[in-house]
Order: sequence, then structure tokens, then C-alpha cells
Amino acid sequence: MSDIAQRSDARLHLPTAQYIGAAAINGPLVMVSGVRGVAYGETVQIAGRDGRLRRGRVVEVGADRAVIEVWSGTSGLVAADTSVRFVGRPLEIAVAREMLGRVFSGSGEPLDGLPRPVAERLADVNGLPINPTARQYPRSLIVTGISVIDCMNTLIRGQKLPIFSGSGLPHNELAAQIVRQAHLLEGNEPFAIVFVALGIRHDDAEFFRRSLQESGALNRTAMFLNLASDAPMERIMAPRAGLTLAEHLAFEHDMHVLVIMTDMTNYGEALRELGSQRGEVPSRKGYPGYLYSDLASHYERTGIVRGRKGSITQVPILVMPNDDISHPIPDLTGYITEGQIVLGRELYGQAVYPPINVLPSLSRLMKDGVGEGYTRADHPALSNQLYAAYARVGDIRSLAAVVGEEELSDADRRYLAFGAAFERQFLNQGRDENRSLEQTLDLGWRVLSQLPRDELTRVSEQLLDAHYRPPAAAAGATTNEA
Amino acid sequence: MERAGDIIWINGPVMRARMATGLQMLEQVEVGEQHLVGEVIALQGDIATLQVYEETIGLRPGAPVYGLGMPLGVELGPGLMGGIYDGIQRPLEAIEARSGIYISGGIAAPALDRERRWPLEPALTVGQTLHGGETLGAIVETPLVTLRLPVPPDVDGEVTWAAPAGDYRVTDTVARVRTASGERELNLMQRWPVRQPRPSAGRLPPVTPLITGQRVIDTLFPIARGGTAAVPGGFGAGKTVLQQALARWCDADIIIYVGCGERGNEMADVLREFPHLSDPKTGRPLIERTILIANTSNMPVAAREASIYTGITLAEYYRDMGLHVALMADSTSRWAEALREISGRLEEMPAEEGFPAYLPSRLASFYERAGRVSTLSGQEGSVTLIGAVSPPSGDFSEPVTQHTQRFVRVFWALDKALASARHFPAVNWVDSYSGYVEEISPWWAEHVSDAWAAHRARIVDILQGEGRLQEIVRLVGPDTLPDAQRYLLFVARLIKDAFLQQSALDAVDAYSTPPKQAAMLALLANIYDRGLAIIARGAPVGRLQDEVTLWPQVRRLGSTVANQDTTAIAALQEQLYAQLAAIEEDYRHERHSATI
Ligand SMILES: Nc1ncnc2c1ncn2[C@@H]1O[C@H](COP(=O)(O)OP(=O)(O)O)[C@@H](O)[C@H]1O
Ligand SMILES: [Mg+2]
Repeated sequence: MSDIAQRSDARLHLPTAQYIGAAAINGPLVMVSGVRGVAYGETVQIAGRDGRLRRGRVVEVGADRAVIEVWSGTSGLVAADTSVRFVGRPLEIAVAREMLGRVFSGSGEPLDGLPRPVAERLADVNGLPINPTARQYPRSLIVTGISVIDCMNTLIRGQKLPIFSGSGLPHNELAAQIVRQAHLLEGNEPFAIVFVALGIRHDDAEFFRRSLQESGALNRTAMFLNLASDAPMERIMAPRAGLTLAEHLAFEHDMHVLVIMTDMTNYGEALRELGSQRGEVPSRKGYPGYLYSDLASHYERTGIVRGRKGSITQVPILVMPNDDISHPIPDLTGYITEGQIVLGRELYGQAVYPPINVLPSLSRLMKDGVGEGYTRADHPALSNQLYAAYARVGDIRSLAAVVGEEELSDADRRYLAFGAAFERQFLNQGRDENRSLEQTLDLGWRVLSQLPRDELTRVSEQLLDAHYRPPAAAAGATTNEA
Repeated sequence: MERAGDIIWINGPVMRARMATGLQMLEQVEVGEQHLVGEVIALQGDIATLQVYEETIGLRPGAPVYGLGMPLGVELGPGLMGGIYDGIQRPLEAIEARSGIYISGGIAAPALDRERRWPLEPALTVGQTLHGGETLGAIVETPLVTLRLPVPPDVDGEVTWAAPAGDYRVTDTVARVRTASGERELNLMQRWPVRQPRPSAGRLPPVTPLITGQRVIDTLFPIARGGTAAVPGGFGAGKTVLQQALARWCDADIIIYVGCGERGNEMADVLREFPHLSDPKTGRPLIERTILIANTSNMPVAAREASIYTGITLAEYYRDMGLHVALMADSTSRWAEALREISGRLEEMPAEEGFPAYLPSRLASFYERAGRVSTLSGQEGSVTLIGAVSPPSGDFSEPVTQHTQRFVRVFWALDKALASARHFPAVNWVDSYSGYVEEISPWWAEHVSDAWAAHRARIVDILQGEGRLQEIVRLVGPDTLPDAQRYLLFVARLIKDAFLQQSALDAVDAYSTPPKQAAMLALLANIYDRGLAIIARGAPVGRLQDEVTLWPQVRRLGSTVANQDTTAIAALQEQLYAQLAAIEEDYRHERHSATI
């Protein structure tokens, strides 16, 4: 297996140094002593008696000693027989536009039996921070055809908007539906998909492949697969590889790239495993203290920069252990991403699809991407009012559980009717149902009109005049027309 | 620059060097051929431990270390306003010009432009004695900001030469002073070590509110100029929007906004908006009084640790000119985590949740740099500190929130449930508090309304009463409550909808002047008292709720009545009184008409 990094050495005539024998091997870590001139963070190739070449990087280096983190597992290595080669460069992968339509391992090796693509360039997988002054604030709405997203949690091109799910909930179906239906309100520009599988089951990866194939997007998709059965350490590499390609496509090829990474929880666990093997002081639930910075180094590789035509949008998926949103992975993710779409088991149990738990869901970039000049003038207030009213439904349902529904006031009963309509008509939709933005917003007003007009103070009188149609009046209007 | 030693060990941003010559504790260093910026954080024997503020990938043992002979510092002088800097004050715009869309390491760019000339209006005359902190001269840096440049605090002597009015570069000598230790040349800039507070002549009591235009803050939980506040809240609770709203509307002279370990797009948002938003007082673009320090979550973690010190040092500099400065740090938790990360790499003994034992003392010394002071030159200046806190899983019992709470006097607790219901700002009225209410009450009485304190107390009572009653309601429903209490619940909901909620995104509602706040407050307090009196006469609460048709208008006051239109609020109050009076009419002779 000739390694990409090796080719780069030949081209750049950089010194490489080889050592035989490791001082110690501990989990994914290999200690080598007697080394000279090793750089922090540089790539290492390690071969054992089995002849298999593994890659890693230097995570700590002293005057004559280096600690190496090995990506593809240390099993089969024997300390005395391990040959360690320092490549003299940071971890890089070859990137090229022709990687679209192809399938790679988490570290970027072809898995589809086809030859290695011809590199347009070698890129450092860690990337570099985007200068905040170079960022262009994202404002173009991506219509997904899913009402609750388009009206209340809009996806914006250049946004990082994760799906927080629970095991067994239909996050894959939802992500696939978003991929199938997503389009801009106007214009049709070249787009690409980077799909990164992180420790998921084979059938989940296959589901995505098939769904991309059916929608005809497969030849515009690069897949990086680290499945449940693959080395967990390579999971650390996979998002880096995928995002490095995404940056190349977006900022060198002017493409609009949608990155789907699933499941970030598996990624976090791999990081935790590595941290504990390095003997680090853990913070919450055994996760390393730098989990936030590490996750941010991936999520922040999203966005639009001035002077380049492309963009990167991320929809990471993560399964919350125990459905617990306060678990470190969803918690820190929520602190970094620009909102979150949260799936709920209760709605799922009531056969509502998509079972999106509206109250904890949020799109932070929505405030600047909707309304007059972007979508429709009534959009922001409508969304706000739906949120406020639906939150009240929750309170009234709890009250009804105490005093009984009969004891509720008239207004409260209408809230319950609104809640039911909201969940059954607005939230619920078909897996192939692609609603236009107009349809979605009008539907929003229709369910809102179940409530007394005086309750709707989050919207202005003018908007109410234009859109509020209580059921009876609506029926009256239809009769008049007929 | 002298080679002080060689690197012998590297672990991310932390490294050790064997010293050839002595380095001092906290001395600024440069490492490697790229001259990466760092700082000495520990000394033991001939080994110095360094933290480096830039990406260290590619650095090798044996790399040279250069000592700069002074602690990590910032450049102070004209030309910072409207700029955006990283955590160690490197100008991000200049970096973009050199290295493109990505930040690469080893780019040295001075914070202050060395070529630009500034029109100086000198304040010195030859022969006068000059003390530290006194004014060298004035420069109009932007239409919003006039700098009265303070001479460095350690200057003391007689002016032997002073430059005439004219245009000068920051490094040009503009005065000479004969001091005990020899002649000293002064120019328009000075360096100051970020970890060392700048001196003042003494503290003054915090008696003036920092008006933010946010009703729940100014009226319920006010902050004083020179005060300290924490904004804790889980993700999405509204910390950033609130901090940005304060940066926009608060009546400070200078805003320092520190984006510490947060999102790149949020900084881009400020950069995009502030040039187009105008200062409510002067109508000038807000960017003219704002400095941004951006060390986003994906930028080197050690520079994140430095960023809040860079911010506070800039703030003190403007304070020393007699200006009122407000600093927002979003988020101090990310700063604490940077501290934890570096501490972990040093293999220090952790205290709570992996944080080093010195976390509380670091937090204390940061917040202690806030204050309203008498400057060395006898003027009044202030630094107000507002720090966001991002507790893991929104749980306020974690170490950063807990320790911060000990060192701040205002606590704006953001509530996840309120944010989910889109009640913004999601400031929880039960858990939040302000320690400045007493001290600033006279200001409201003098400048806005005599009744402010009384009305405020009324509203606080209602909200607290509501909290107690809700517990009963949760158990048995509202119907068992007497009418007066149900009316209290009704008015409490009105207060939340009309007064406490305030959309930062609404053109009218985003900012409420003190008179508008006071008028709304008065209306709510008066309506409560009036209604209560009618209920006491026997009117059922249902009639007040149903027959008064103006409640929706009250709920929409924030976004329908412009700031200059406070009479409209008084007018609405009169109409409400009239509708209430119509109900009251039926109960005027309650006792006699019982038979009707
Ligand atoms: N004062 C406010 N007015 C209107 N919307 C707000 C306000 N505060 C927060 N929001 C909404 O909540 C979202 C999250 O707020 P943000 O300040 O980014 O949260 P945090 O910094 O606590 O994670 C924003 O994108 C916005 O939609
Ligand atoms: Mg925030």
C-alpha cells in the first residue's frame, strides 16, 4: 500500500526518518525513544511483523522520545518488531473533484475497488481556522419541503444544523428526505454531498447509499465510511478527511457542499477512549476536557467565505445516549452548532413523522434568513406565535392532567385543539411529501386560527387581518365563494 | 532578540524549554523559525514551561526560544476602534490580507498601524510637571470617540519639550519629560502587560445605571456603570443575543466585545451589522465605538485564555481617559475550559471537574478589574463587565457558574423553558438578582420618575406572588383560588407578555428608553391596583378579563409604541381605566344592589 503521504515526501524531498522498535505500546499509543528531529503533529507510518501499514500522528514529543497515536489500531504490533517512519509532514489527504461518486475509508483509502483518484492537491486534514473577517454571514434559505423545519427551524446555506435523535428514531429517514428535497428558493447551482459514516451499522450506511442512488445524487456524493466494525481510531480521522474534501470542493471548485456526518456520538466515544488511554484527566462523564474544542474544530469548518462562490452546510446526526440531551456530546454540540433539530420518542410513539420535538429545536440563523425580502413578511411572527402557543399547549396539557379536561376554560380547550391540529396536520407529513414554502406557511396560519384572536399577540393586528381565519369564518368564506 | 534556550518537549500548546539565559515568569517569548508567540507560565531550575498562542503542529524539539524581556502585553493608542483582533491582539483584517481566508501561524502584524498619522491636539506646556495618567493630548479617533491620551502611569517629571499640534504617527515622539531616572520620550502609544491591572486613583460607588434598553434588565435587574454581571444559560437560552443587544444599545462610550471560544459566524454577524446600526444617542454607526476580540472555538486554545485579559486591558485604557466602557465576554466558560486544558497538559492536580484549583482566584481577579473609578488624572471612568457563562447541560451548580456567582453582583439567569417558549430575553425573574437596585434608585427618581422604585416593587411582588400561586395551581387548578389571586395571575401573565418579553429582532421593541420603560411599568402597576380595588367591591375576575377589550393592546405595547411616544402609553392607561370604571359602576352600591 503506497501511502499518499509517502508520495508527497518524494515530491517535496523532505527528510524522513525510520526507527525500528517501539519502547512501549499501550492501546492506540506507541512510544518510541531514541528519536531525533521529530515534529509535533507529524504523520507517522507504522509497520509490524504482519507487514500492514498503519498511520498515526505524533501527539507528544520530547528531546529523544515521541508518543504516537495510531489510527488504524495497534493490534498485531509487537514492540520490538515495529518499524516507525516519521514522514515529516502533517497528516494529509489527497483531494480531488473526481472523488465525488466514490467510496473511501475513514482515512481516505478507496473502498470501491477503483484506483486512487489523481490528487489535485494534498491537504492537511486538520485544516486551518477560517478567519472570522473572511466569513460571509449565511442568509440563503434552503427549502426542505418539511413544514416544521421550513417554517420554524429553517436550514440556511452555510449553517451547521445537527439532528439530535434517539436510538430507533427515524433520523436517517429525515436526513435522507432533506437530502432528496432540499433546494433553494431561487437558482440552481452545482452541489455535492460528503457523507461521513462514524461507527454506524452497515445497514444504516447502505440505507444512505441506496437513498442517494434513488434520488440520483450518488454520483455527486463522496462517502467516507468508518463502520461499527472498523477501527475506532480511524473514526477520529474520518470527519477530518470528509471536511477536508468538502473545503476543497467548496472553496476551490465553487460547489455548495452538504456534509452529513453520522453518528457524532460514536466519534466522541472514540475520542474518550483515546484520552483515557493517554491517561488524561477526564472532565464530564470521562470525556476529555478538550471535547468542546475538538468538536468545534469540525463543526466550525462550515460556512461561506467572501470572494468564493461555494459553501459548506453541515447536518451532523447524533444519537443521544438514553435520549438525554444533557449528555456531553449533544450538549457540547448544541453549544457549537447553529441550532439543533431534536427528535422525540413521544411523538414517534404517536406515529407522527417527522417526530420533531419542536420546543427544544432551534435554528439560530433563521432570524436573518426569513421574512420580508427573504421568504414572506409574515414568516418570523408566524413562527414565533406557533412556538409560544405550542409551549402553552404543554402547560395546559399538564393542567388538564390534574383537573381534568372538563374543568378547563374555553380558551384552554381551544389550546388543546390547536395542539392536536399542530401535531397532526402541521408537524405530521409524508416521508415523500414535499411541501412548498407557501403551503407550509398557509398551513401554519390554518392551525393557528384554531385559537381565539386575542390570544395571538405575538403577531400584529395587520398580519391577523391578512391571515387569521377562524374555522367558522373560513367555512363561511368557502360557502360564499361557492 | 536573544536566543534564550531550546525546546525540549512539546504537547500541543504547552512546551518546555531548557534555558541558556534566564527567562522571567510571564515573559513573552517567541518560538521556532516562525516566531510563534508564547508566554512563560512556569519556571523550575533551568526548565521553562511555555504556552504558545498559535498552532504548534510542525514544531520540533531543538527549536529556538527567544525572550522578549517583557510580559505578554497589548498595544494601546489610537487606531483600535472598529477593529477586530485575535486573543493576543493580532489584527485579523491584516492577517486576512496576508494569509487569505484561513489563519496561518507565525504572522506578525502590529495591532496599531505604524504609518497612519493622527491629528494631535496637545495638552502639554513646557515646564509643567506631569504625572502618570495625565493627558498628553486629544485625538478624535472616530466621530464617536475622542481619546484623551493618558501618559503611562509611571511617568513623573517636568515637560522639557512638547510637539505642536499636528499629525503624528503612533511612534513619533510628541513630548520629552525630565524624570528622576533621566529624560523620557513620550509618543502616542504604550504597551501594557495584560495580566496586570492598570492603576487608578481609587474606586467610586456604582450609583449610575448602565442603561441597556432591555426592560427586564434596566427595571428589574439593573446593572450599574462599573458593575459586574453574569449571564448563565444553556445553549440556545439567549446569551449571545442578549450580549449583542447590550453591545448595541447600552449607554457606554466604548464597547469591547470578546468572542471567546464561540462561533465564527457570530463575529461575522457583528462585523456585518455594526457598521449599519446607529448609536441611539448620536446616530453614528456603532462600529465607531466598538472593538472586537475574536478567538473563536476553532482558534488556538491558549490565545483564548489570553483573550479576556486582552479585552479587559483595552477597557481599562479607555477608562483611564475618563470614558465609560462596557466589556462583554462570550463565553467565560470557554476561557475556563482553556485554563483547564492547559492545566491538564501540565499534569497539574485538578480540583472540581478537572478545573485547576486556581480557577476561582482567576475569576475573581478578572471581575475585580471592573469598577467605577477616579482616574489618575482625577476624572471619572468605569469598566462594566458582563460575562456569559455556558454551564454544561445548563446546570448552574457546576464550578464556573458557582464561582462566578461569588464575584459578580448581578445574575441574569437564563431559563431553557422560557427560551423554548420563545419568551426572550429568557431572564428568569425568580432566579435572577441585582445588587445595585438600592444604589441606582435615586438616579431613576431624579431623571425619570419619582414612582419608579414603588412601581418596581409592586411588579416584583406580583411576580413573586405568582410563583407561589403557581405551585397551588399545579396541584389543584386555578379555579379554587379567590378572585383577587386569579387577578394576580392574570396580571402576572400580562407583565410577562407585555413587559418582560422584548424581542431583540423587532425594530421598535429592540430598545426601550427609560421613560418608555417607566411608563409601561406604571401602567401595569396601576392597572393591577385599580383592578384589585374593583374585585374588592365584588366584581368577578372573569368580567375584568373578558370585558376589558384592550388587553391585547397592552400585550403589544413594546412593539407598537415608539420610544418617543410615551404619551400613547398614558393614553392607553386612561382607556383601560375607563373600561374598568364601566365594570366598577355595577358594583358601586354593591351592598344595596345585592337583590338585583
Ligand atoms: N432577545 C431575543 N429576542 C429574540 N430572539 C432571541 C433573543 N434571545 C435569543 N433569541 C433567539 O434564540 C436563539 C439563540 O440565542 P443565542 O443568544 O444564540 O443563545 P446562546 O448564546 O445562549 O446559545 C437566537 O438565535 C434567537 O433566535
Ligand atoms: Mg452563544
